[in-house]
Amino acid sequence: MDQTNPLLWFGLTTGGVLLVVIWVLLSLAFLLLADRKIWAGVQMRKGPNVVGPFGLLQSFADFFKFVLKEIVIPAGADKVVFILAPLISLVLGFVGWAVVPFAPGWVVSNLNVGILYLLAMSSLGVYGIIMGGWASNSKYPFLGALRSAAQMVSYEVSIGLIIITVILLAGSMNLSTIVEKQNGWFWNWNVFGGAGLKNLILLPVMVVAMGMFYISGLAETNRPPFDLPEAESELVAGYQVEYSSTPYLLFMVAEYSNIVLMCAMISVLFFGGWNLGLPIDLVAMWGWWGKLALALVFYAKIVFWFFMFAMAKAIVPRYRYDQLMRLGWKVFLPTSLVLVAAVAAWRVFGPGA
Amino acid sequence: MPLQAIAFYLLAFVTLASGLLVVSAKNPVHSVLFLITAFFSAAGLFVLLGAEFLAMLLVVVYVGAVAVLFLFVVMMLDVDFAELRQGFTQYLPYGGAVGVVIAVEMVMVIAAVASNGAAAKHALPNASPGGASNTEALGRVLYTDYVFFFQLAGLVLLVAMIGAIVLTLRHKPGVKRQDIGKQVARTPKTGMQLVQIKPGEGISE
Repeated sequence: MDQTNPLLWFGLTTGGVLLVVIWVLLSLAFLLLADRKIWAGVQMRKGPNVVGPFGLLQSFADFFKFVLKEIVIPAGADKVVFILAPLISLVLGFVGWAVVPFAPGWVVSNLNVGILYLLAMSSLGVYGIIMGGWASNSKYPFLGALRSAAQMVSYEVSIGLIIITVILLAGSMNLSTIVEKQNGWFWNWNVFGGAGLKNLILLPVMVVAMGMFYISGLAETNRPPFDLPEAESELVAGYQVEYSSTPYLLFMVAEYSNIVLMCAMISVLFFGGWNLGLPIDLVAMWGWWGKLALALVFYAKIVFWFFMFAMAKAIVPRYRYDQLMRLGWKVFLPTSLVLVAAVAAWRVFGPGA
Repeated sequence: MPLQAIAFYLLAFVTLASGLLVVSAKNPVHSVLFLITAFFSAAGLFVLLGAEFLAMLLVVVYVGAVAVLFLFVVMMLDVDFAELRQGFTQYLPYGGAVGVVIAVEMVMVIAAVASNGAAAKHALPNASPGGASNTEALGRVLYTDYVFFFQLAGLVLLVAMIGAIVLTLRHKPGVKRQDIGKQVARTPKTGMQLVQIKPGEGISE
C-alpha cells in the first residue's frame, strides 16, 4: 500500500477496514440464520421461516428487537466495566479480521507476524467475558467468567502448538505467504502436508493437527460442546445473565464473529485459504474478477467450516468441566507437542529439508 | 511521519496514565484492568519500534495468559480496603525514598543519552538486521549464540513447574475418579448380569 502520503494511506486503510467490517457483519446476519436453520434441520424442525422469504430477514428483525429494548444495568453492578465488557468483546471479535487475506493482495494489514496477531487477539477475547461476569456482581455470571478464564487459557496452549506445525511447514508467520505456499494442486494444502506430494507422509500428522485445531477452536470460541461459560442448564446463561438489549447483542455478534474468524483460520492454515486446489491462475486470466472469484472460494471454505461448527452444536452433548480440562491438558497438549516434534523432524531430516 | 508521531504520543500517554492508575485505583480489579491496558499500549510501542514479534509475544504471554490469572486471583480475593490503607502513612517514607532513587536514576540515564554519552555512541539496535525479519533475527540469536542459556532457562521453568505440582499434589484415598478408557471398554457382557429368578423365591444376596 502507498505509504508516502499519510492522508491517502489513512483513507485507504480506513476504507479497507470499513469494507471488511461491513462484509463480516452482513455475513454474520445470514450465517446466524444458517446456524439456526441447520440445528432446525437436524432436529426435524423448520427453523425461522416467517420474516422474509425462507426467514432470510430474521437476523435483521432480531437486531431491531435487541436495539429497541431497554438497557438494564443491575444496581450492584460496576457500571463502567459492565458497559465496557461487551464493547471490548465486540472490538476484539473484529480486529482479528485485519490480517486475514481474502484474495491475493486483499488484506487490510499484511503483518509479518499475522498468525501470532490472530492468536493474541483470540486470547484477548477472554477479557470481555471475565469483565462482564465480574461486573454483573452476581453469582452465575461470576461462575461463568471463572470457567471461561480457565477454559480459554488452556485451549490456547494447544492452538499455539498446532499453529507452530503450520509455521514449520510454511516457514513464515505471514498469513498471505502461508496461503501462497499452498497454491497449485490441492495436495499442496497444509492438511496434506504442504508443498507437493513428497510431503504426503505428513498427512496423518496434519489431519490430526487439523482435527485438534477444530476442536480447540470450538473450545476457544465457547461453542458447544464446550459452552461451559454460558451453559444454560447449569448457569442460566453464564456471563450473559445480567445483560439485556444492545450490550447482549454486542456479546452475541462478537461471539459469532470469533466463530467465523476461527473458520477462516482453519481455511487459511490447513485448506489453502483462497486457493482453488487446481493449478489454474484465475488472477492472470480474469484480473480483478479473478481475485473476486478467489475471495468467493475462500468464503465457500469459511461457510463449510461454519457448517461443521453448527453440526457440532446440533449433535454433540456438552462436556463436563473436569473432562474439558482433562482433554485440554492431558490429551491435546502432549499430542500437539508430539506433532510439532514430528513436523520439525521431517522438515530437518526429510527430503524437503 | 506525523501518523507515527500521533500514534507514539497516544500510546505513550495511555501507558503512563494507566501505569499511574494501577497504583492509585481503589478497586484492585480495576488496578489489574489498568495493568492490562498498560501492557497492551506497551505492545503498541514495540510495534512502532519495528519489533512486532516482541509486541505479539507481550500480548500473547502477558496479556493473554499471565494477566488473566492475575485477574482470576484478584477477583476471588476478599479485600478489606480499610486494612489495606492502615499501613499507608507508615510505609510512605520508604516507598517515597525508593521512588526518588528510581526517578533520579532514570533522569541520569536520559541525560546521558541526550548529551551523547556512552550509550548513544553505539549504533541504535536494529529491529531487522541484514534485512531479516525480527522473528528470524531473534530465532537465530536464541538458537545459535545463546542456545545453552535458552535451554537452561527452559529447564529452570520446568523445575519450577514440577516444584509447584509437587507442593500441591495430594493423593486422597477414597476419591472416585473417572477412567475414560475403562468406561469406553465396557461392554454389555462386563456391564450387566442376567439372573434367572424363580417366581416366589427371589434372589439371596
